[in-house]
Amino acid sequence: MIDPDWTGTAIAAARPQAVAALLRYFRSLDLAEDAFQDAALRALKTWPVKGPPRDPTAWLIMVGRNAALDHVRRRSKQTELPPEETLSDLGDAEADIAERLDDSDYRDDVLRLLFICSHPDLPPVHQVTLALRIVCGLTVPQIARAFFTGEKAMEQRITRAKARVAESDVPYGVPSPAERADRVYAVATMIYLVFNEGYTGNAKETEARAPLCDEAIRLARLLMRLFPAEPELMGLTALLLIQHSRAAARFDDNGEAILMEQQNRRLWDHRAIAEGIALIDKALRHRQPGPFQVQAAISALHARASGVEETDWVQIERLYRTLEQMQPSPVITLNRAVAVARIDGPQAALDLIAPLAEALDGYYYYHGAVGVFSRQKGDAVAAREAFTRAIACSKTLSEATHIRRQLDQLEAEFPADKKIARDV
Amino acid sequence: MHYAILCYDSEEVISAWSKDKDAQVMHDLGAVQERLVAEKKMGPVARLMPTTAAVSLRKGRDTLVLDGPFAETKEQLLGFYTVECDTLDEAIEAAKDLAAASGSAGCFEIRPMMIFIPDRRTP
Repeated sequence: MIDPDWTGTAIAAARPQAVAALLRYFRSLDLAEDAFQDAALRALKTWPVKGPPRDPTAWLIMVGRNAALDHVRRRSKQTELPPEETLSDLGDAEADIAERLDDSDYRDDVLRLLFICSHPDLPPVHQVTLALRIVCGLTVPQIARAFFTGEKAMEQRITRAKARVAESDVPYGVPSPAERADRVYAVATMIYLVFNEGYTGNAKETEARAPLCDEAIRLARLLMRLFPAEPELMGLTALLLIQHSRAAARFDDNGEAILMEQQNRRLWDHRAIAEGIALIDKALRHRQPGPFQVQAAISALHARASGVEETDWVQIERLYRTLEQMQPSPVITLNRAVAVARIDGPQAALDLIAPLAEALDGYYYYHGAVGVFSRQKGDAVAAREAFTRAIACSKTLSEATHIRRQLDQLEAEFPADKKIARDV
Repeated sequence: MHYAILCYDSEEVISAWSKDKDAQVMHDLGAVQERLVAEKKMGPVARLMPTTAAVSLRKGRDTLVLDGPFAETKEQLLGFYTVECDTLDEAIEAAKDLAAASGSAGCFEIRPMMIFIPDRRTP
């Protein structure tokens, strides 16, 4: 017996591939989306009665294409509509299109669709919303809720993004290997953006945005299935799976963020971690390291450890060093400093990040880290100063609350210094 | 006779399930397994990670390790049950119960086992 919601899930699962193929036929996002919508409605009516087709994706493409063509014909009043039955019973036509889908065409179709959503002319947040709407099929109200915007504003944002894409040159030809590699990387970066949108924010925001993380993982898996021998895609998927594995442990009952070091590791999703580690193992065999693989390896080392003390900080420090060479950034150096503090103590960490003071002056995490290292070193005055700066740089209430708790802890640890500070 | 019940289904559809839905299906399948355990029919069971986690080893004079599953198919091998039944009909009955609990499309292949070694790690 087939579950009543099986049809819905199967349609959702087929969506990226079906919309991508329809886009190739119609060369218009709106037409492709409408055609898919039509096909999905017909599937909801037909499948529960006639049973699911052998190849749901091929069925949706075929029916979607026919429906859109009918639409065009109806408007030009040239041909009568064919009876519904002929559309539901595809027979050989389905086998024919399934065969055509099997060649590499469809891989470039899906890549093109994803690449359009990662268009460099679009600001990152528009890339994310476009992908969620068109590829993942989230509804406008669902996306609006995730971004805390009104539905109307979100609708407008999506329409504008689509218009922007339509104006620019959408590449419909078969890409060269170099172009294909560039597109894969652009799309991987966009998928990481989708995930990060779902991962940032306080407990309440994160709850509303949780679907974004799931969708990002789905997209990463899809891309990995299209390019099964691409180690950076294994790294990306592993990174997302392992980061997301901590979802249940990230906030306390009051909705306050809990640092990874203090999280209850039993709440981590160990099934997701195991899959992430399996993917990293696979990626490493290729000996083509890249930023996603390195970040995934770092998060895997955290995931493997039973606690902070058991964490392999030496290896983490080495990996951050590699990442620094791949994409030099003060933020990565700051992350390396956390590992350095564990290995060589807080002074070594402070020395490492001292040159970053100017570059990261307005950066909350920089001052937070200086505060923590100073406290570990026993320098309450410097710690207090740094935490105060961190509060000034905080962008959310929960960031500020987190630092206030650090200050409270500091006062508890160094009650004498507090007095001195007051006297001064 | 020992039978393997091989579960084929669309990985794409299964991975689109919500966590709750997945947990519910696992729970329902667990109930059927409990019954088969009580009837002393149930052997080892495995659910496999997604095919994206797989590598394939091509045999030959020079073995070749390739990323991905053995074949790109519409439905993938997602896991298997092993049962010990007196007749094929009994094994089919067990598979029918599991199929009903899974609430999904796809296919179970019921294949008699030629050699069956449950586990040799523990005495």
